[in-house]
Amino acid sequence: MFSAKLVVPAIGDAFRKLNPAELIRNPVLFTTAVVALLLSLLLVIGGSGLAVSFQVQLIIWLWLTVLFGTFAEALAEGRGRAQAASLRATKSELSAKLPDGRVVPASQLKMGEIVLVQTGDLIPADGEVIEGVASVNESAITGESAPVIREAGGDRSAVTAGTRVISDSIKVRVTQEPGKGFLDRMIALVEGAERQKTPNEIALTILLVGLTIIFLIAVATIPGFASYAGGSIPVAVLAALLITLIPTTIAALLSAIGIAGMDRLVRFNVLAKSGRAVEAAGDVDVLLLDKTGTITIGDRQAAQFVALSGVDANEVAKAALIASLADETPEGRSIVTLAREKFGIAMRDLPDHAEVIPFSAQTRISGVKLNSVLIQKGAVDAIFRANPGSESSLQAVEMRRITEEIARSGQTPLAVALDGKLLGAVALKDVIKAGVRERFAELRRMGIRTVMITGDNPLTAAAIAAEAGVDDFLAEATPEDKLALIRKEQQGGKLVAMCGDGTNDAPALAQADVGVAMNTGTQAAREAGNMVDLDSDPTKLIEIVGLGKQLLMTRGALTTFSVANDVAKYFAIIPAMFVVLYPGLAVLNVMNLASPNSAILSAIIFNALIIPCLVPLALRGVTYKPMGAGPLLARNLAVYGLGGLVAPFVGIKLIDLTVAGLNLA
Amino acid sequence: MTIQGWTLILAFTGILIALTKPMGMLLFAVYEGRRTLLHPVLGPVERGFYKLAGIDPNAEQSWRRYALHMLLFQLVLLLFTYAILRLQAFLPMNPRELPGLGADGALNTAVSFTTNTNWQWYSGEVALSDLSQMLGLTIHNFLSAATGIAIAFALFRGFARREMASIGNFWADCTRVTLYILLPICLVYALFLIASGVPQTFASSVDATTLEGVKQTIVLGPVASQEAIKMLGTNGGGFFNANSAHPFENPTALTNLVQMLSIFVIGAGLTWCFGKAVGNTRQGWAILSAMMVIFFAGVSIVYWQEAAGNPIHHALGLAGGNMEGKEVRFGIAASALFSVITTAASCGAVNAMHDSFTPLGGMIPLFNMQLGEIVVGGVGAGIYGFLLFAMLAVFVAGLMVGRTPEYVGKKIESREVKLAVLAIAVLPLCILGFTAISAVLPDGLAGPLNKGPHGFSEILYAFSSGTGNNGSAFAGLTAGTPFYNGLLSVAMWIGRFFVIVPVLAIAGSLAAKKYTPESAGSFPTTGPLWIGLLIAIILIVGGLTFLPSLALGPIADHLAMINGQLF
Repeated sequence: MFSAKLVVPAIGDAFRKLNPAELIRNPVLFTTAVVALLLSLLLVIGGSGLAVSFQVQLIIWLWLTVLFGTFAEALAEGRGRAQAASLRATKSELSAKLPDGRVVPASQLKMGEIVLVQTGDLIPADGEVIEGVASVNESAITGESAPVIREAGGDRSAVTAGTRVISDSIKVRVTQEPGKGFLDRMIALVEGAERQKTPNEIALTILLVGLTIIFLIAVATIPGFASYAGGSIPVAVLAALLITLIPTTIAALLSAIGIAGMDRLVRFNVLAKSGRAVEAAGDVDVLLLDKTGTITIGDRQAAQFVALSGVDANEVAKAALIASLADETPEGRSIVTLAREKFGIAMRDLPDHAEVIPFSAQTRISGVKLNSVLIQKGAVDAIFRANPGSESSLQAVEMRRITEEIARSGQTPLAVALDGKLLGAVALKDVIKAGVRERFAELRRMGIRTVMITGDNPLTAAAIAAEAGVDDFLAEATPEDKLALIRKEQQGGKLVAMCGDGTNDAPALAQADVGVAMNTGTQAAREAGNMVDLDSDPTKLIEIVGLGKQLLMTRGALTTFSVANDVAKYFAIIPAMFVVLYPGLAVLNVMNLASPNSAILSAIIFNALIIPCLVPLALRGVTYKPMGAGPLLARNLAVYGLGGLVAPFVGIKLIDLTVAGLNLA
Repeated sequence: MTIQGWTLILAFTGILIALTKPMGMLLFAVYEGRRTLLHPVLGPVERGFYKLAGIDPNAEQSWRRYALHMLLFQLVLLLFTYAILRLQAFLPMNPRELPGLGADGALNTAVSFTTNTNWQWYSGEVALSDLSQMLGLTIHNFLSAATGIAIAFALFRGFARREMASIGNFWADCTRVTLYILLPICLVYALFLIASGVPQTFASSVDATTLEGVKQTIVLGPVASQEAIKMLGTNGGGFFNANSAHPFENPTALTNLVQMLSIFVIGAGLTWCFGKAVGNTRQGWAILSAMMVIFFAGVSIVYWQEAAGNPIHHALGLAGGNMEGKEVRFGIAASALFSVITTAASCGAVNAMHDSFTPLGGMIPLFNMQLGEIVVGGVGAGIYGFLLFAMLAVFVAGLMVGRTPEYVGKKIESREVKLAVLAIAVLPLCILGFTAISAVLPDGLAGPLNKGPHGFSEILYAFSSGTGNNGSAFAGLTAGTPFYNGLLSVAMWIGRFFVIVPVLAIAGSLAAKKYTPESAGSFPTTGPLWIGLLIAIILIVGGLTFLPSLALGPIADHLAMINGQLF
C-alpha cells in the first residue's frame, strides 16, 4: 500500500493539489489552508506577542494538515493510476480494418461503422458482432486467459475494445462514440479523473461545512468574551482552536475513501459506472439471484429412474441410457453414469447405424433411432406434443402423477418414451452449491431478502428454494416477470439488485437499482446495467453488496471518529487559552499538559498526524463482517465512537510529553 | 440532599411518564383530525370558525404555503399586540391608569409573546393593564403554543407521508390544537388553581395593613386563567414579576407539582404522538428516554450544587444549602427541579431566581437553553428541535451500518442535512454572537448588575433565553433598555422562525420521499445504543459549541467561589 513507487509521486501531487481552484472542492481543507496562510502573514507582520518558534511550529503543522489531506487523495488516485497505465498501453496500439481494406486508427471510428477483425487482431472498438463466430481472449480486461466465444445474434454478441480474436474472423458494428468506450470508461474510473462526488458524499460535505460554520461562530465570538474578562486571546491560538474543532480528519480522507472504494470494486473485476451505484449497492434490500450458477451448480444430475406400472425400471434405465449416449451435456452424461452404476448396463457406444436426433429448442426433445425403434427423452409436455394421442392414454395420467411428485421434491422430470409409448421418467436433481445456505442466512441477518429466479415450474422451484434457504422465488420467470417483480419491490420502497446478460434482461437491468451486467452478455445488457462484472460471475452480486456497505461504513466510522475527537481537543485548548483570564480554569486541564503553548501545539499536532495514521484504514476500508445492523452499530460505535473519544486524550498527552521533553514549546 | 427531595424528583418523573401516553393519544387524535370526546360540543365551534374565516380545513398545503400562512398569521398577531401595548392608556380595562409602552419595550414584548418566549423586561403588575395582559398577551399564550404544536404536526407528517406534496393545513392544525387540547385543559386547570387560592378577579387590588401598621396595596387580577396556559403552553410569562414564586401564582406544594407537570406534559405527549405517527411508538419512547437521561443528569447536578451550598457561607458559619433567591415554601429540591424543567422546556416560568443559584446550579438551566430546549422542550418546538438532532445523529453515525442514512423510513440526504444544520447553527449564531457584541459595546456592558464571570453569565443567559424562546431571566441584567430590548427582539425572532421555516422545508422534503421499510439491516433507532448515541451527538455538537462561553461564565464563577471569591 505504501510502496515508494506510489508514495513518491503522491507527494508531488499533494503539493499540486494545493492549487486553490482544486482545493476549494474540499471546503474544510480550504478553510485550513486559508487559516494557515493568514497566520503565515501575521508572523511576517509580527507583533502578536507569541514566541516566534511557537508560531512557526503552529504554521508548519497547519500546512501539514492540509498536505496530509491532499496526499491521502493523491495516494488513492495513484493506486488506480498504476492500474490504468497498463490499460492505456493496450488502447494506444489499436487500429481498425474497414471492409474495404483500409486501415485506420481506432480513435477515428464512428458509431455504426463496420470493421473486420481477423485472427490475431485486437478488436478496435466496443461493438456488436454482426457476422461470424470467433473465440476471443479478453484477458486484457478481465484477467481471465481462457478464451470466450463471441457470435452474431443471441446473447454473446458484445465485444470489447482491446480484446484479441484468437480464431476465425468476425464483422463488428461499432457501438461506441470515439473516446467513450468501455476501455476509456475503465481508465477514467480507475484513475479517478472523472470522479464526481456521490450524493452521500455531497450530503456529508454539507454537514462538514455546517460544522465548520458552527465552530467558526464559536471561535469568532471568543475575543468578545475575552475582552469582557479583561484580556485578549492571540489570533494564532484562536486559529489553532478552530482548526482542531472543524472536522479536518474526515474531510481530508473523504475523497480517498470514495476512490479506494471504487478501486476495490475494480480489483474485484467489477466495473461500476458511477459512485452512486456503489452506494446503492450498500442500500440493497432485495437480491434477485439466478438459480443456475448462483444457487445451484450449473448442471443437473440424474438421481433416479421411475418406471410406470407394468414397466421394469431396468427397461427405463436402458432406454434413457441409449437416448443419452450421444448427449454430451453434463445432464446426459449423468444419466449414462447413473444407469451404469445402478443397473450395471454396460453399453458404451451407439452402433454406427443409429440415427441421433439432437436436442432443439423447438421440440425440446432429443433421442436416438436405433433399428427403427425410436427412443425419446425430454420434458413431459414436449413428449406428449411429439406423440399425438399419448397425452390422453392411461399411462399419461400416471406419468403426470409421477412427474408432479418428482417436481415437488425439487427435481426436474424427463420423460422417456419408446416408439411413442411412455416408459417412465428420469429425475434430474439440482445440486445446491456448498455454503449458499449459510450465505443466505447471513444476508437475512443483514436485512437483505433473496429471491431466486428460475425457469423451473413452481413446484420444483419451491423445493429448491426451501433447500437453498432463499426467502422467495420467481418460477417460470420471463424477463417481463422479472421487470414486474422489481417494480413491485421498488413500489414498496425496496432497493433491488439483479444480474443479467441477455438483451431481454436489459429492461430489468435498467429498472433495478443495482443492475450487474455480465461481461459475456450483449451490448444492450451492458449498457442497461450500472455495473459490469468482467468475470461474468452472477454469485458476485453478494460481494458487491458487501463492498458497497464497506464503503459506507468506512465513511461513517471516520466521520464519527472525527466528531468524537473534538471533546479531547476542547479539554486541551480551552484551559490553555483561558488560564490567563481566570487562573482557576487550570483545573479543566484534565490531561495535565505541560504548558498552555505545549497543549495547543500538541492538539494541533495530533489533529495533523491522525490523518496519515488513518490513511491505511481509509484505503483498505473498515473490517466488514455480515451481521445485523444492531450488533454492527454496537461494534463500530465502540471502536470508532468510544475510540474516537479516548484516542485523542492518550495521543495528545503523549505528544505533549514529547513536545515538553524536546522543549519545543 | 434529602429523601423527600429525591422522592419529589422521582415522583415527578413517574407521573410524567404515566401521563405521556394518554396525552400522546389525545394529541394523535387531533394530529389525525379524528373525532375526540369534545367534538359533539366543540365541533360546531370549529366549523363556525372555518366558515367565518372562509377556510377549507381539508385543503392540503405545500410546505411553502404552510410556512407563508403561518408567518403572515404571526405578523398580524405581532402588530395587534404592539398596537395594544402602545395604546393601552386609551383602551378600556386599565384600572390602574397605566401609560402606554415605549416603542422598543412594546416591540420586545410583542415579539416575545409571539415567539412563545415571554421574556419580560417589565413587571407585569406595574406596567400592563388587564386588557394588555388578557387580550394582548394571553392570546399569544394560546396561539404561539398552538403554532408550535402545528409545526411539530407538519414535521410528523413529513416523516409519515409517502410521496406527497403537502404537509397538512396550518389553519386546521392551529384551530384544532387550541380548541380540543389547550382550551379544555386550561379551563379545568384554571378552576383547580382558583380552588387552590389563585385569584381570578377584575378587581385591581386590595389594600392591607401590615403588622407594622403600614398600608400595602396588593395587586390582583385575572391570574388563574393566565397561569394555566402560561404553564401548559410553555409560555412562562407571569402575571406578577415574581412569577411562580409569587404565592398568588403558585400557592401550594400541590400547585407547584401540577405546574411542573403541566410544563412537560404536552412535550412528553408529543414524543408518543410522533412514534404513533411514524407507526412505531417505540420510536417515541426512545426519544423521551434520551430526553429524560439528559434531564435527570441536569436535575441531579442542580440539586447537588444547591444542596451543597456555598463554601464561603459555610466558612462564615452559615451551614446548609443555598437558599438565596428561593421561596422558603418550596425549598431546594422543588426549586432545583422547577429550574431544570422550565429551561429544559422553553417555558421560562420560575419559582426561584436562577441568578442566585450557585454558579454550576445556574449553569444547567443556561446549558439547557443553549442546547435549544430539546429536552422535552417547548410545546412542539422541543420535539422538532430534537428531531433535527436525531437526523444529524443518524447522518453522522448511520453510515456505520453500511447503508445511506435513514430515519423512521425516510432517507436523510443533502437537503435535509443542509436545512437541519442551518436551523441548528441559528443557536450559536444568536446566543454567542449577540453575547459577544454585548460584551464589547458600552450599551451592553451597562446591563449586568454583577461584575466578573457572573455578570458575563447574566448577559449570556439573556441571549440564551431569548434565542431559545425560553423567557426566563437570570435577573441581575437590566434588560429594559433600547439596546437589550432591540437585540433580544431580534434574537427571539430569529430563534423562533429561522428554525421553524427550515423545519417546515424539511417536512416538505421528507413528505415527498419514498418510504424505506425497516429491515434487520436498517439503522436501529430504538434501544439503548441509539439513546446513547443521540445524547452524545447532542452534547458534542450542541453542547461543545458553548463550552468556551460556559468556561468564562459559570465555570470560572464556580472556581472563583471555591477559591473564596464571589461576584
